[in-house]
Amino acid sequence: MAFVVLRHRDILDIKKLEVYRQNGGFEAFQNAVKNLKPDGVTQVVKDSGLRGRGGAGFPTGMKWSFIDSKNWPHYVVANADESEPGTFKDREIMESNPFQFLEGVALACYAVGANSAYIYLRGEFWQLAGFLDEKINELNDAGLLGAKLFNTNYSLNIYTHLGAGAYICGEETALLESLEGKRGQPRVRPPFPPAVGLYNKPTIVNNVETLTNVPLIIQNGAAWYKSLGTPDSAGVKVFSLSGRVRKPGNYELPFGATFRQLIYEHGGGVLDGRPVKAIMPAGASSSLILVDEKALDTPMDYASVRTLGSDLGSASIIVIDDTVSIDWVIQKTIHFFKHESCGKCTPCREGTYWMMNIAERAHNGRKDPADVELLHAVARQMQGMCLCALGEFATMSVVTGIDRFPSDFKNPVNLQEKIV
Amino acid sequence: MSLLQKYPAEVKQILSKYPADHKQSAVMPLLYLAQRENGYITGSAMQDIAETLDMTQTEVAAVVGFYTLYLDKKEGKYRMQVCTDLPCALRGADKFLQDLCGNLGIKVGETTSDGLVTIEAVMCLAACDKAPMFQIQSRDGLEYHEDMTVDKTMELVAALAKSGREVA
Ligand SMILES: Cc1cc2nc3c(=O)[nH]c(=O)nc-3n(C[C@H](O)[C@H](O)[C@H](O)COP(=O)(O)O)c2cc1C
Ligand code: SF4
Ligand code: FES
Repeated sequence: MAFVVLRHRDILDIKKLEVYRQNGGFEAFQNAVKNLKPDGVTQVVKDSGLRGRGGAGFPTGMKWSFIDSKNWPHYVVANADESEPGTFKDREIMESNPFQFLEGVALACYAVGANSAYIYLRGEFWQLAGFLDEKINELNDAGLLGAKLFNTNYSLNIYTHLGAGAYICGEETALLESLEGKRGQPRVRPPFPPAVGLYNKPTIVNNVETLTNVPLIIQNGAAWYKSLGTPDSAGVKVFSLSGRVRKPGNYELPFGATFRQLIYEHGGGVLDGRPVKAIMPAGASSSLILVDEKALDTPMDYASVRTLGSDLGSASIIVIDDTVSIDWVIQKTIHFFKHESCGKCTPCREGTYWMMNIAERAHNGRKDPADVELLHAVARQMQGMCLCALGEFATMSVVTGIDRFPSDFKNPVNLQEKIV
Repeated sequence: MSLLQKYPAEVKQILSKYPADHKQSAVMPLLYLAQRENGYITGSAMQDIAETLDMTQTEVAAVVGFYTLYLDKKEGKYRMQVCTDLPCALRGADKFLQDLCGNLGIKVGETTSDGLVTIEAVMCLAACDKAPMFQIQSRDGLEYHEDMTVDKTMELVAALAKSGREVA
């Protein structure tokens, strides 16, 4: 099957504008601006079943239709913060298939009546931001961005904006605060960005991969896209596969491919031929999946992963084998969330702090069963109390790790002296 | 001399990205510019940026304090930031960091005696399939080094010491 998002794997030079255009690039945008109503573009995206790839899986067309048309101007923001541990797909997309991403941004802007878009990149993507600036300049020079496009009244500019190292800025309202020149701390929602977003104006925030799907959807139609994937989760997904596999990397597969296919057919199986013990399907924010044959044969789509007591999220599949102790795994994830908590609300700030203290002393020798219970209790107490989802994410691996792998907290395995 | 006086074209270009009544959005790019100037962000640079953007200096300092890539004091010329987050750690990143520190004779967070390299452990850098990996932050930007070994890294350190170049 031909690639939809990672199209550079079929067409090597697609990062060159002339090659992108030879392969139909910017026809969808040009056609939309000249011949389609903005609502028409949104309708096709709605009909395609495209869901947001940033983690929440929210239907993209529906989000676009929520834009408040009584308040102007409108903005589109591409979320290129990509900081979830285990996620490295947006970077490959932007580095290797930049124009398809930018055309997706342009189509989103036209659909919601925005004349300016910002690409918010994590600060570490400094080189990538310079690269995208070059690509944006090429589009301006080619008359594909800028004022009065294709002899219409529609004008569009796209700008890059670099963050400076803060996972929380991937959360859409913290991102908007950051883009406004403030500390990146989440806003209370509602109102949601399509009503009140950047500079208090209606704003659509979409993930890079979400937007990169859009040009081919407009070009090939909603029915084509829907024919890929499953009824619940239309289309293709880029799975970032990492951890204890032979061939980690990004794999674009239709939704509904199984964990087994991803790990064994594409990822070359587990290192040293060991069995898979646990899977974290949504990076560090995952509920841990206890892996058996049935779990391996579960289709990777939003609904099916839920039947395993987890969530597909951003589909950053971290594979853990039987040489690794789950008590060490959650110590790592707690450390991450403690470091990244923005400190705005008490349950998250204090909860991650205490979880880290307890987890460290539990892992470093002091094997007191009461500590494990305490850790579990702290995590449970945070749930439902936090202002944004980061606080919630911080508890997922802790609660499910202790519930589903209890023996790892009594007798940690630690077979892999060299890694844990 | 202020940033605006020194780099008029760059400051203008940065300001042109944002609506004229929302200049504050330019604070992050201007801080990067200031950091490039001195290797870290000085009090007077913050004052300067605050004036340019009609912010208070406290507001600018709050931004500097919030984000990990801004420095408010001098560090080694090259900050070598090794990712030891879970996916990389599952592929040996903790061991890599430990061995690297051993070779350089410093601990995590410390700087080599010649002031060349500061070693840090950082969170996921979106390169988890290429562990062990690190980024090098210097005055002029950031550079990724992926699929690394301790030997390759020591060669890189030697080359940096010799060339004295800033990371591109
Ligand atoms: C703590 C936190 C971190 C997030 N990080 C990202 C991120 O790095 N990239 C991203 O696209 N979405 C991230 N999100 C989700 C965004 O808030 C938002 O839902 C998403 O960008 C919407 O785009 P989509 O509808 O296309 O998925 C994060 C959410 C939270 C709570
Ligand atoms: S839950 Fe955590 S990250 Fe989110 S607002 Fe509260 S303190 Fe900040
Ligand atoms: S965990 Fe190291 S780059 Fe992602």
